[in-house]
Amino acid sequence: MSNIYLYALLGVGLFILGIYSLIVYANLLRKILAINVMCTGVFLVLVSLASRNHNVQPDTVPHAMVITGIVVAVSATALALILMLKINKAIGKSEFPDKDCE
Amino acid sequence: MELILGQIPWIVMPIIFPLIGSMACFLFPAKAKSLGLLTSLVVLACVTRLGWQLKALGSLRYPMGGWGAPLGIDLYADGLSLLMLLMAALVGLGISIYSSSYFSRDKARHFWPLWLFLCGALNALFLSADIFNLYVTLELLGLTAVALVALAGGADALIAAMRYLLVSLLGSLFYLLGVALIYHSVGSLDIAILAQRVEPSPAMWTAVGLISTGLLLKTALFPMHFWLPPAHASAPAPVSALMSALVVKASFYILLRMWLEFFQTQGAAFANFLGLLGAAAVLWGGIQALRQTQLKLLIAYSTVSQLGYLFLAFPLGTSIAWKGALYMLFSHAMAKAAMFMAAGNIQFFAGHDRIAELGSITQRLPLTLTAFALAGISLMGLPPSGGFIGKWLLLQASIESGQWWWGIILLLGGFLAAGYVFKVIAHVFTHDEPTSRTVTLPATMEWSALGLALIAVLLGLFTYWPLAMLEMGSPFGTGHSG
Amino acid sequence: MNWSTALPLLILASSFLPGLIIFCLPEDRVVTRTILNLAGALFKIVLVGGMFWGILHGYHFEARLTLLPGLDLVLRSGPLAMLFVTLSSGLWLVTTVYAVGYLEGSPHRSRFFGFFSLCVTATTGVALAGNLITFLLFYELLTLCTYPLIVHRGTEIARQAGRNYLIYTIIGGALLLLSSVWLYTLAGTLEFTDRGFLSGLDASLHPTLMIIFCLLIAGLGVKAALVPLHGWLPQAMVAPAPVSALLHAVAVVKAGAFGIIRVVYDVYGIEFANSLGLTLPLAILAAVTIIYGSLRALFQDELKRRLAFSTVSQVSYIVLGIALASPIATLGGLIHLVHQGVQKITLFMCAGNLAETLGIHKISEMNGVGRRMPWTMAAFTIGAFGMIGAPPLAGFFSKWYLGLGALDAGQGWVIYVLAVSSALNAAYFLPILYTAWFKAPPDSWPAERSFGNKETAWTLLVPPIVTALLTLALGLLAFAPFNLLEWTRLIVSRGFA
Repeated sequence: MSNIYLYALLGVGLFILGIYSLIVYANLLRKILAINVMCTGVFLVLVSLASRNHNVQPDTVPHAMVITGIVVAVSATALALILMLKINKAIGKSEFPDKDCE
Repeated sequence: MELILGQIPWIVMPIIFPLIGSMACFLFPAKAKSLGLLTSLVVLACVTRLGWQLKALGSLRYPMGGWGAPLGIDLYADGLSLLMLLMAALVGLGISIYSSSYFSRDKARHFWPLWLFLCGALNALFLSADIFNLYVTLELLGLTAVALVALAGGADALIAAMRYLLVSLLGSLFYLLGVALIYHSVGSLDIAILAQRVEPSPAMWTAVGLISTGLLLKTALFPMHFWLPPAHASAPAPVSALMSALVVKASFYILLRMWLEFFQTQGAAFANFLGLLGAAAVLWGGIQALRQTQLKLLIAYSTVSQLGYLFLAFPLGTSIAWKGALYMLFSHAMAKAAMFMAAGNIQFFAGHDRIAELGSITQRLPLTLTAFALAGISLMGLPPSGGFIGKWLLLQASIESGQWWWGIILLLGGFLAAGYVFKVIAHVFTHDEPTSRTVTLPATMEWSALGLALIAVLLGLFTYWPLAMLEMGSPFGTGHSG
Repeated sequence: MNWSTALPLLILASSFLPGLIIFCLPEDRVVTRTILNLAGALFKIVLVGGMFWGILHGYHFEARLTLLPGLDLVLRSGPLAMLFVTLSSGLWLVTTVYAVGYLEGSPHRSRFFGFFSLCVTATTGVALAGNLITFLLFYELLTLCTYPLIVHRGTEIARQAGRNYLIYTIIGGALLLLSSVWLYTLAGTLEFTDRGFLSGLDASLHPTLMIIFCLLIAGLGVKAALVPLHGWLPQAMVAPAPVSALLHAVAVVKAGAFGIIRVVYDVYGIEFANSLGLTLPLAILAAVTIIYGSLRALFQDELKRRLAFSTVSQVSYIVLGIALASPIATLGGLIHLVHQGVQKITLFMCAGNLAETLGIHKISEMNGVGRRMPWTMAAFTIGAFGMIGAPPLAGFFSKWYLGLGALDAGQGWVIYVLAVSSALNAAYFLPILYTAWFKAPPDSWPAERSFGNKETAWTLLVPPIVTALLTLALGLLAFAPFNLLEWTRLIVSRGFA
């Protein structure tokens, strides 16, 4: 039982870490990575909360959700990366031009 | 004939056809224009037909492929979703007609598949019956919208698109985390089941908080609106139109749906908080719009302001208030799409959208300016227009419930709207020599803007059907929302 | 669709459709545009005549469209509606003829006449409105259609005036909206009824009803130019003369005054309003406006500005008559609705003639103008004497009944107000007449245009002469059969138990 919540808390920790990096770092690549860390955190929460207690088989629905989520995350990352490259080409750096970007 | 038509699951068609259309446009770019227009027409027809079906049934639930929950996908339609579908179909048709002349061949190749895909994602979102499907459709919608914003190509547009993407992903992740908590504590994703089982608990409060944060971020409610003006203003005109008219409404729809079904148990304090944010959005957006010097930014801030109105219904909470907010949402979609199209026409014709220099252009574009003015009437909430009916209903709800201060916000928002609309309109009446530019503006671009603006105005006279539609399946009925 | 439903809609359509077509006409299609304008105006008069005939033969005209559950858009014929609709459609014809002549050769005429027609559509809608929400709809529409007319010239001053007009009227409209919704939540209906629909409400609601009354009067008072809400009106006189005529005599100011009549008689009911103690403050407000407008008019050198302040003063006679809560005073107020319109339109068209023909804008430039333009100044003189209230002109009867009504209502102080205001009217009109007729003309006029051996174009001359004759006729034939007085008596009798 406590085991499960440990994982879930770890997921939440990753999520918060991701938000922190997303806000603090200006570099777009770091922002994209931060989003990915957040994704991983959410998936961890989903997977860990799937097993409600030790004796029963874990619920499959959250697993299906995680798989869907991973697909979405991968395509979002791909789109973000290509946008980053294009921005780099257009303005010569991979950052938002002004200071207060997020 | 009726037998065959009755057998078809019309509820699936508004999702399937745009996806097929999108593929077809991708495969045959040369025919993209006509394929896109055809798809938009077909979608409108399908939605109408679905409405016919709902008129008899009230609400409709359809397990796709017969699999059923929990692993299959269920679709659900009632008056609320029908209204949103119809809004998307009408605006969508307008946008398709407009875009058929707007884009160059090169841009069109990318635009049509993305736009039709977005259309499909949007319809799927309005028809989803469980909260995880809502997440998937929300992501699909967000990603295509980002790609469409980036279509304009300049550095501004790319940066706005990137910012929008990050915000959109952040919002979705908040939402997904909330979904995980709900599933853990209730054991279901289906909205109807959740409505019966949800009980107030710390886990639920957290989930509601997370989901709301995510959705408000995507709806650009003040103070989380910072991403909207650059994204909406730097996109190509038809994309701005569909972003302001449709995409921001999608996340609002999810929030509304959840609120009506099972969020309401979370207490009045949260509702009041939403109302306060909405009021701040109305005023702040309006003031910012007044300060803009670029037409498209003005319109984008106007969206921030108008979205605020929708949240005034939360603290009021009565059936009349919801109807008012939804009427406002519907007419805002028409009016705002028309307004962005009109701005697009001006930019197309003049090569810029600086408000101070509009005098010489406006006299050459009477139809466009008429569209802008008619849309403006609805945004100001003056009769006869859909915006007026929405304002009347919200005002009525606020007086009836004794919470008159929300009514004051409505009136103040109207003054601000009048300020920024007439800031533009006043430029029609100048002594500036009409410009001698010889750009020919395609008639379809002027007429599609005018058409949508006219719908926004006529919504103020012909209210029977939209209101009757909202009654279907009684989404605001007391028995239903538990 | 039968005649009963069709006729009110046709009356609106007779100016709405020509308006729409005129918008689409190219600038140089002068003949088509003029024909459309005049045909629309004549057709409207015929239709209004038909409606009169119908009412006299016991028919009832009503068109309805359900807007919200329990709330319809209603156009309905009634004695009061007929009074205003006849006035506005009659004067529209005159103003249209005048505007055609006045704007000859100026730019953006399609736009101008388009909005001109929409403006009259809104006014007839205001007249025929059968409940408060319909009234509100057309009232706001009127704001929107008059704005382009006020800023028509496109100069910085015109745009400034337009901006101020919008600020005043949009705030006024919002107050009207707020009070309408509020009344609806209390009463559950907004239908205009003889003697009002609010008297049955619980006594605990009376303070609320008093607040709503103030809001309504504030909302309507903006257009009716009650002090201190009159600021937009003198500024708006930068608009072309036909627009001023329309604003001051036919449409905007009248819509405000008409709205006050509706609120006092058909929403609250005069007796109920009186029992709430609402009518006396309104009467005092009107009296203050009358005196204030006259005083300000006294010190204006610009002719149109003097006329504008005169309007501020004169429109409040209508409000005063309503607020005295006596049948006779109401009669005076209602006939003044017509009389003021006919007289003021004459004055504005004459002022427009002076400006168009000789370039005269100021009273100090009017020396001897009566010799150069005798017909125009003759019409102006009749209008001015009417305003002063000299018998046997129309304005005399307004003041006569107002005075009688004041005595009837036991408000003797009103007599003094009337006397002072008449003296002030004389003080600001008679010097104009003296200057025009008796001073020696200058060698040259500021900007003279030649019209051969005529004093000015006939399209500019005929309309003010017609309305001046009408002023005479309304006075001389005040007791002839089928007269205005009889009709207003009918209206009044429905308002009092």
